[in-house]
Amino acid sequence: MLKFTFRRLSLFVFTMLVLTLLSFSLSFLFPGDTVINHSGQINATPTELVQLNKAYQMDKGLFTQYVAYVSHILSGDFGQSMASQSPIRDEIIELLPATIELSLVALLVAMLIGIPLGFIAAINHNKASDNAILSMAMLGYSIPVFWLGLLAILVFSIGLGWLPSAGQISLLFEIELVTGIQFIDILLSDSPYKWQAFSDASAHIILPACVVALAPATIFIRLSRAAMIEVLATSYIRAARAKGLSFKQIIFRHAIRNALIQIIRHVGLQFANLVTLAMVTEVIFSWPGIGRWLIESIAQRDYTAIQSGLLVLSCFIFIIHILTDFIYAALNPLARGNKYGS
Amino acid sequence: MAREKIYLEESFPSPFIQLWGIFRKTPVAMLGFCCFIFLVVLAIFAPIIAPYSPVDGNLDMILLPPAWHDNGNVSYLLGTDELGRDMLSRLMYGTSLTFGLSFIVVVFSLVIGVIIGSLSALTKGIKSSFLNHFLDVVLSIPSLLLAIIIVAILGPGISNTVWAIAIVFIPQFIHITRYAVKEEFRKDYVLASRLDGASNFRILYYSVFPNIVERLMSQATLAQSAAILDIATLGFLGLGAQIPLPEWGAILANGLEHFYVAPWTVYLPGLAILFAVVATNLVGEGIRHALKLRKES
Repeated sequence: MLKFTFRRLSLFVFTMLVLTLLSFSLSFLFPGDTVINHSGQINATPTELVQLNKAYQMDKGLFTQYVAYVSHILSGDFGQSMASQSPIRDEIIELLPATIELSLVALLVAMLIGIPLGFIAAINHNKASDNAILSMAMLGYSIPVFWLGLLAILVFSIGLGWLPSAGQISLLFEIELVTGIQFIDILLSDSPYKWQAFSDASAHIILPACVVALAPATIFIRLSRAAMIEVLATSYIRAARAKGLSFKQIIFRHAIRNALIQIIRHVGLQFANLVTLAMVTEVIFSWPGIGRWLIESIAQRDYTAIQSGLLVLSCFIFIIHILTDFIYAALNPLARGNKYGS
Repeated sequence: MAREKIYLEESFPSPFIQLWGIFRKTPVAMLGFCCFIFLVVLAIFAPIIAPYSPVDGNLDMILLPPAWHDNGNVSYLLGTDELGRDMLSRLMYGTSLTFGLSFIVVVFSLVIGVIIGSLSALTKGIKSSFLNHFLDVVLSIPSLLLAIIIVAILGPGISNTVWAIAIVFIPQFIHITRYAVKEEFRKDYVLASRLDGASNFRILYYSVFPNIVERLMSQATLAQSAAILDIATLGFLGLGAQIPLPEWGAILANGLEHFYVAPWTVYLPGLAILFAVVATNLVGEGIRHALKLRKES
């Protein structure tokens, strides 16, 4: 396990190196002055410019500049947003938890829907229900996410009026920001309308979370179906059957556990996919998350914000990636073996 | 069983023809294939078939519903948008932008990816290991996010979107080609032709490629369905095709303001995207199904 940890850590360092290099070089690729792209201070006076040049070591070689840039990032200084002139770090701290909340809820929904359906399909392999689930999965996989979001708003918000169509919580509730994750903040607050706020926040998250969850859910269907078919064909299942266990016992006590391990391995990769879908969905549902902010920054050509937003978002995705790798390795001793550092 | 045609040489169909034989017998896959061909034809001949111009509006006919509505006009079969532009013509022209461009993008990145991938499969050592690590990092970033990054660098616009998506898909094809070529090189028939004195490139061209072409095609259909969705999503977000180009995602974004008054300006382009992606996925599923059957037989 120690060797495995070291290997993951080396991969993490390598990836961070690539990501910061990319983000550093973006300042050169974007139009405009490099130091202004680094810091985002478009209205800097000449004296401030001199200070900035000194802070980012712009008169030295490229390597020193890179080191200066990374040390700025590590100390939490992402520069200012060119559009709003407020520190990007504060904006990210405010926005990132909303995205994390949305994607985690969506991941939960996707897994809760996708995995059981996949198992059902695998158990009824090559029967009508298997084919029905598979064709549903293909249709779900093909629907463009923004269109699905709009249809959901049209049907459930405008047509039926069941669920709200935009935002994270009704403006009537005043929730103090502590962790940034809405549900935890509501539970922590001592407002007398705590439970009303909680149910309101839940009503707001249902539509966007389901929209984000659809495509990953179909992928979970495929993954869990494939894993289950593979497990059901192994000899230990045959042995369990020969032992005289009932069908229910075989599925619940042997097959599901072993199939789930295979699925956990893919959760990290699916999470990356899910975050991208969440970015688009945030735009449609006016969800105050980092994806919407990033897409707005691209439209406003706010280069400092684009650069730091991408860095933070890809770091976040990668950390989740590594975390699921660890969980997988902890659950499955076979995975700790001698695979190269991928 | 006795052979009836002893004087005729037996012909062995190539792996590709065998695959086609199985593919042809799957009705769903053939349906998808027909839809795919239909879209290709539409993408090429859109300017000839389309009844109206996709950008010139007829201001007397604003927000006309599709012809099956009571207020519809049969000369505007799918209705018009807020500037009186014919939806049918816009969707037809959109086929060549969304579907046609995604097709070109996939073919382009397939060619580049296969060349780099097969060359890298022949190399060993540190170069190969570095490439492996690098590909792992790139492949762990989702395609749409990477495309958004590249569009952010290049600036919004349809040509930049196409470049971005092409760059995003190249690593996928490198990865799959590399893997497939390495797997084939371990097999005995490659060893046989190597013993005959064939060079690496000859083996690659005459022995390996005919055996991996359908795997590449299956990956290409996956990439194409992702490419259609990516082009449309970028268009929808305003990062791809700009006004007044009739790209499906952009048409949809354009219809948003009149979503409640004229829902057809939103659901028609969405259906078009769905149709194209489903057709592509059906072809892909058909290929994978046929591959599986061929392996079993």
